[in-house]
Amino acid sequence: MMRKTNPKSQSTELELDQPNIEDYLPSGHTIHQEPHGKLRLCDLLDISPTLSEAAGAIVDDSFLRCFKSIRSEPWNWNVYLFPLWCFGVVIRYLILFPARVLLLSFGWMIFLSAFIPVHLLLKRDNSVRKNIERCLVEMICGFFVASWTGVVKYHGPRPSMRPKQVFVANHTSMIDFIILEQMTAFAVIMQKHPGWVGLLQNTILESVGCIWFNRTEAKDREIVARKLREHVQGADNNPLLIFPEGTCVNNHYSVMFKKGAFELGCTVCPVAIKYNKIFVDAFWNSRKQSFTKHLLQLMTSWAVVCDVWYLEPQNQKPGETSIEFAERVREIISQRAGLKMVPWDGYLKYSRPSPKLREGKQRNFVESVLRRLEEK
Amino acid sequence: MGTASSMLTQYDIEEVQEHCDHLFSQQEIVSLYQRFCQLDRNAKGFISSDEFLSVPEFAMNPLSQRLLKMVDGINFKDFVAFLSAFSAKATAQHKIELIFKVYDSDRNGKVSFNDILEVLKDLSGSFMSDEQRERVLSQVLKEAGYTKDSSLTLDDFIKVLGQSELKMDVEIPVD
Repeated sequence: MMRKTNPKSQSTELELDQPNIEDYLPSGHTIHQEPHGKLRLCDLLDISPTLSEAAGAIVDDSFLRCFKSIRSEPWNWNVYLFPLWCFGVVIRYLILFPARVLLLSFGWMIFLSAFIPVHLLLKRDNSVRKNIERCLVEMICGFFVASWTGVVKYHGPRPSMRPKQVFVANHTSMIDFIILEQMTAFAVIMQKHPGWVGLLQNTILESVGCIWFNRTEAKDREIVARKLREHVQGADNNPLLIFPEGTCVNNHYSVMFKKGAFELGCTVCPVAIKYNKIFVDAFWNSRKQSFTKHLLQLMTSWAVVCDVWYLEPQNQKPGETSIEFAERVREIISQRAGLKMVPWDGYLKYSRPSPKLREGKQRNFVESVLRRLEEK
Repeated sequence: MGTASSMLTQYDIEEVQEHCDHLFSQQEIVSLYQRFCQLDRNAKGFISSDEFLSVPEFAMNPLSQRLLKMVDGINFKDFVAFLSAFSAKATAQHKIELIFKVYDSDRNGKVSFNDILEVLKDLSGSFMSDEQRERVLSQVLKEAGYTKDSSLTLDDFIKVLGQSELKMDVEIPVD
């Protein structure tokens, strides 16, 4: 049961077109017997189902679960495991961490000494410059991954540079981008960040053709949509990578995909990323940690181990709406990466749900009341 | 990693259990505390309306605004007491008392025709006109032996709702 998109709606509210939420919510909440029999006063006064749903949401809900860092059992809890763990801490912080910092600095030195001259001396449209910058970006990402002792296993065919194709992946942290970028220089669409990350965005990432958006600006969506369309037309542009969830999720769930990536009339190539939590929890909870702290946490862990699957490219089937297409691709990715799908828009982290979401419940209530009024 | 602001001691758990008439087990209270800390973002010790509304499933509930009036700024002890009405161990009377409180927004111990209309408005939204709501309510009230002018008390609610099984239980997930 999909709601049809209203092409005239220009609201700054969240996307209203989404699959039926009732299909996803746990059965304990919504499946209660269709009430029968003539409508009596007790039926009208009995608000217990609605109250139970509200209390159920207060106690546990499927949205906040997506952003909870699920802590694993501490294993250093007894007499001989604890010293072992302390020994591990010493190695990680005093040996591995300095070595990694050195490695990363070395990588940056090589990168900057090659990137800056090329960037300044050669013209913007020079294809030699583009190729060199591409290789350099791939290289520095490789250095980053090495600095966390990243063990990344890639499955599936390597992405190729072709027009009219878009890559979509699930999102756990900004390092998703670095992990994918070390193999192929993608052009990513990202939120503009402040600080040193913003500086990197303006200079280096600009050169591979990245596109920026701003969550808080209303008109932004149209501008970005236009930029996306222009990018995929060009044969010479780097392949476009989009994270349709729009926000970082904890790698156990997937939130709804925004339909923007699926409306470009291109082939969509799904990419699934799954981190192995035994080594480190790579989920970046942007509310609790800055990106710098997140990187430091990774650099003082043993390793970042993950699997990346490049899955079969998908095309929009005839008669399929963009939302159905997005959900279908989300299912393919979620299945591959072992993620549970939830029916929420990731942007609910930053804003309130539209009042229209409760209309489904209200409509059901009214239908039931009016029907029972007629019964004898 | 953000953790609970402080661990609950055994004394704390027992005190909270006392406050909610032992309707929750100790494990459930610990679970509820974890949830409370998750909702209470800056560890203030109480949950504001805004933080309740950050749960989309709650925000889209038709009765959320009414419930917010009851739980805005709630501390942990009262949080558990509020939810105790949804425990499987709670009596039907306890549950009906909560329902009555939701209707009786001005806390005068009586639920008037208009009070019920207000709740109906929340539940039906724009899918019913005011006229339709009045008509339906008048009809069922008459059939139950009340009039438009009667004010229902808690006892009336118990009489009307006590007949059938109230399905108002919420399970607390325990790790």
